[in-house]
Formats: sequence, structure tokens, C-alpha cells
Amino acid sequence: MNTAAITLAAGEASEHRGLIISLFGVFVVATLVITIWAGRQTKDAADFYAGGRQFTGFQNGLAVSGDYMSAASFLGIAGAIALFGYDGFLYSIGFLVAWLVALLLVAEPLRNSGRYTMGDVLAYRMRQRPVRTAAGTSTIVVSIFYLLAQMAGAGVLVSLLLGITSDGGKIAIVALVGILMIVYVSIGGMKGTTWVQMVKAVLLIAGALLLTFLVLLKFDFNISDLLGTAADKSGHGAAFLEPGLKYGATGTSKLDFISLGIALVLGTAGLPHILIRFYTVPTAQAARKSVIWAIGLIGAFYLMTLALGFGAAALISPEEITSSNKAGNTAAPLLALHLGGVDSTWGAILLATISAVAFATILAVVAGLTLASSSSFAHDIYANVIKKGQASEKQEISAARWATVGIGAVSIVLGALARDLNVAGLVALAFAVAASANLPTILYSLFWKRFTTQGALWSIYGGLVTAVGLVLFSPVVSGKPTSMFPDVDFHWFPLENPGIISIPVGFLLGVIGTLMSKEEPDKGKYAELEVRSLTGTGAH
Amino acid sequence: MATDAPPPSKTEHRLPSTEEFARVQESAEFVELRRSYRSFAFPLTVGFIAWYLLYVLLSNYAGGFMGTKLFGNINVALALGLAQFLTTFLIAWWYARHAAAKLDPKAEVIKSRMEAAE
Repeated sequence: MNTAAITLAAGEASEHRGLIISLFGVFVVATLVITIWAGRQTKDAADFYAGGRQFTGFQNGLAVSGDYMSAASFLGIAGAIALFGYDGFLYSIGFLVAWLVALLLVAEPLRNSGRYTMGDVLAYRMRQRPVRTAAGTSTIVVSIFYLLAQMAGAGVLVSLLLGITSDGGKIAIVALVGILMIVYVSIGGMKGTTWVQMVKAVLLIAGALLLTFLVLLKFDFNISDLLGTAADKSGHGAAFLEPGLKYGATGTSKLDFISLGIALVLGTAGLPHILIRFYTVPTAQAARKSVIWAIGLIGAFYLMTLALGFGAAALISPEEITSSNKAGNTAAPLLALHLGGVDSTWGAILLATISAVAFATILAVVAGLTLASSSSFAHDIYANVIKKGQASEKQEISAARWATVGIGAVSIVLGALARDLNVAGLVALAFAVAASANLPTILYSLFWKRFTTQGALWSIYGGLVTAVGLVLFSPVVSGKPTSMFPDVDFHWFPLENPGIISIPVGFLLGVIGTLMSKEEPDKGKYAELEVRSLTGTGAH
Repeated sequence: MATDAPPPSKTEHRLPSTEEFARVQESAEFVELRRSYRSFAFPLTVGFIAWYLLYVLLSNYAGGFMGTKLFGNINVALALGLAQFLTTFLIAWWYARHAAAKLDPKAEVIKSRMEAAE
């Protein structure tokens, strides 16, 4: 890609740089005020980790949506639909259906039996130290992968939208995102993070609604007409509206799509940053209500990305989209510019608004991820493994705050180093690890009487090592032009997503580890967990 | 939506002993609550995952069928994709209704008795 092509969209955008930066500045100032306010309300561990458990189901539903709808959902899916038509839409279906696993099997029992982290539930009836260590490890691995993808995405997005292409500029942006997330989480804790996510969800949904309305208005609300125009302009014709453009090329790519689909649908209910959100409401009923709201909001949002993606395909030439960003990540902002009118004030305002919403999206998600990993470090590893449960509440919160600074610093360094690598695959990897290492142990712990400590350890470490190991030797890391390291080739695993192997491995190892262990499961503890998870007796 | 959450309370309830938990776990009431939860949630989970996988497999291996036009430019693929959205919304609504009518009252009886007992 030559420089002239890169700046095609960026050039249009950089004329409006001042406006974009001011709108973004307003969001940052507003969220910092919220953070400071929330910090003053944060007195004990339940405030820091769980926002005092006083949010309503609706508020938490908004925050869950804000935590979940990342830049990948907004920019990535709209872009994938704009370029690949129907295949882009396939992504969003897995992301949505996944919520039923959380609703039916995980959210309520977790709320009833845990306190602050995913590890609370995994370790409930097991030997604390080894299982907490495993849960903490997998929480931090999943969150860091996810975090890196978001931070690198922030660098790419900002450089495109603001026309910043220098290395120093990109590093500065990664550092800015990192510092903001450290401030949100270490000062505001769960309360601050929740409010930031709620504000972001409202902005994102409002932005998507506005663009959807404008797209439909252009086509007199005739959806068939919109689809037809998109198919014609895409250059693919009717194939644009059928499966196959992105994943249908070969037998391997089809298998990869199945693998991705399974990882998406089973991964969501094992993502630690999502799970800890259920502790912010007072009861299991409120946790249920949060998921119902989240399903409604996220579903509505993904339906709107259809209009955005097909709208972009219908109104903007594919060349213009790919010349701005090969993966189509700037399709939604470009659509805003075209809807308002290129070279018009309206176009500038719309572009700036949608760009600022995209920044807000990234900030809210990275804050949630940082909170999940620092909570798990402080509560699972520091308080329960290192201090063997003897840490005071004050020590625990202070450990969590320092962990936030540490994890933030590590992410800034890794994000800066990875700024030119293609790390988009890391989000799918995070889902695969969550589905392979976390979900089997959560389900067995809650529903399988015989499950033992050894089963939990085999399942967590086995799922984690298999998923990460396969990706290491997959085209995500080496061997293809789109790889993280395109110049070397040590890949032998053909698929980009390890889920189709690693998820069954995680589930199987849980069973084998249990059947082979010599220790008897703790019947009393299981009685406690089962009654508690279904009735809420003794819930925090 | 589903049910209104009971007002939040910050008071710590008495935590029953392990023996009490074990006794309740074997009580007819709890066995009924567990049955009523599992017999709803487990088959439904298998069902929606199978339906989702069917959709993924059709998208992969039944391109011709998926490309069949239904009306205007709306084809089977798009209609089935939207059907996944619709079934997700419906299952969520159905579970919320089942939980409010069949699970919450039973759970509440057990919980309040256990937390009140001396």
C-alpha cells in the first residue's frame, strides 16, 4: 500500500482533526470527572471489585454491552460486511447467540456463589491455592491477549482517523490509552469502570442508530433496494449476499470458520471481564435481567451493523474502503463522512462524532479488561495464594491498584512493540482460550458432583496450553502475509482458530483428570455450592 | 422485562452450616428446584447450540440453498441469519418467564428458611 492511498481517507479526516480531538477530549474529561467521583465512593473491597453490588439490572445490562461491544464489533464487523457482505454478518451471530450460554448456565449461579472473581467459583469446592493460581493465570492470559488487540487497534484507528503515521505518534497514542485506563481503574475501581461503560454504550448505540437511520433514509427504507445496490457496487453481484466470500475459498478455510464459530459461541461465558460484571448487582435475578438487557441491546446493535456494512458497500466504492484500511476497519467512519456529504460541514461533524464514539468504545473495553486482570491478581493470587487468605481488605485493594498500574505498564510496552504487527487474531484467540480453559471448569464446578481439583487443573492448564500452543504454530503468528511475523514461517497447524481442537481437549481433560484423581470430591462443599448457586442462600 | 429484583439489602445473613446445606441438598423441595432448572436449561442449551451449528454448517456447505432468493434481494441465508437473532431473543424471553414463574418462588422459600433458621 503506498502512502498516497493510506492518506486518502486519513487526509479527509485530518482536515477535521481539530473537531475529532475536541469531541474526544469532551469524552475524556467527562469520564475523568465520573472516575474521580466514583473513586470517592469507593471505600471497601466490595466497592472496588464489585461497584458496591448496587447497580440495577438495566444499568448493568448497559455496562455489560459497553464492556462487550469492542472496536472489533463496531468497526470490524461493519468493515467485514462492507467488504465481504454476508460473511461479515456471520461473525455477529456467534457473538450474540453466545449470550444464551451466559444466561442459561453461568450468570446466576456465578452471582450467587462467587464474591469478586471468576476464580471464586472455580476454587469454591477445590483446594484453594492451586486452583486460584490456575484461574488467575488464565484470567490474566485471556485479558492481556484481548487488551493487546484493543490497544494495537487503537493505534491503527487513531493513526488512520487523525492522519498520524509517525512511529512516535502511534506510540504516544498507545501510551495515552494505557494511561487513561490505569487512571479509570485504579482510581474509580468497578464503580468508575461501570459508569464509563454505561456512557460508552449509550454513545455507541446512539451513533449506530443515527447512521442506520440515515442509511435507510437514503433508500426510502427499502431494505431489498439497499441490499441490491450494495451487491451491485461491491463488484461481486449476488454472491455478496451469500455465504462464502470470506470463508468459502477452501476446505481449510471452511473448517476454520467452524472452529471460529464454536469458539465465539462458547467463549463469551468464559471471559473474565464479562463474568465479573455479574457481581455488580445485588441478586441473581438482577444478574439475569442484566443479561436479558444485554442480549436486547447487543442484538439490536448487530442488526444495525448490517445496515452500516451494507450501507457502506452501497454508497462507497470498495477501492475507497480498502485503500483507507485493508481490513475495512474505517468503513463506518467513512460511511459517516459520505452520509453527511464529503466536503460539507455535516460530513465533518458526523465523521468526528463516529470517530470519537470509536475511541470511547476502545477506552471502555480496555478499562474492563484491566479491571478483570488486576482483580484476579489481587484477589486470587495475592490474597489467597501468596497471603493464604490472611490479607486485610486494605492490603487487597492496594494490591489491586498496584496491579492495575503494573498491568497497564506492561500493556503499554507490549502494545507499543506490537504496533505494526497484525494482532487482530488475538481477540479470536482470547475467545478460544476462554472457551477451552475457563468454560469447562465453570460448568463442571457448578454441575458435576464428582469434579475434583485435579480435573480443574488439567482442564484449565490443558485448555490454555493447547489453545495458545496451536495459535503459536498457526498462520496467525507466522507464514502468511497477514501473520504477526510475515517474514518467518514455523507454522504447521493449518487453522487460524484453535477452538475446534482446544475446546474438546479442555472439556475432555476435565473428565480424565477427575476420573484419574485419587482424592474424593468434597461432598459437603458441593452441597454448599449447589444449594447456594441455585437459591442464593448466603450469597455476598 | 422479566421480574423486578427485590430491593437490595446490605445486611449480612446468617450462613448456614455445611450439615444444613447437605440436608437441604437432599430435601424434596431442592431436588424439585434443581429438576425444574436443569430440565429447562440443559435441553434448551443443547437445542440452541445445535441450531447455531446447523446454521454454520449450512453457510459452509450448502451455498446453493442459502443463495435461494425468497423475495426481492432477501435470500435464505439472510432470512436464517435473522432467524438466529429472533430465536435468541425468544429463548431469552422464554427463560426469563420460566425462571420468574417456576424457579424464583421455590428458591426464595428455601433461601429465606435457611437464612432465618437458628
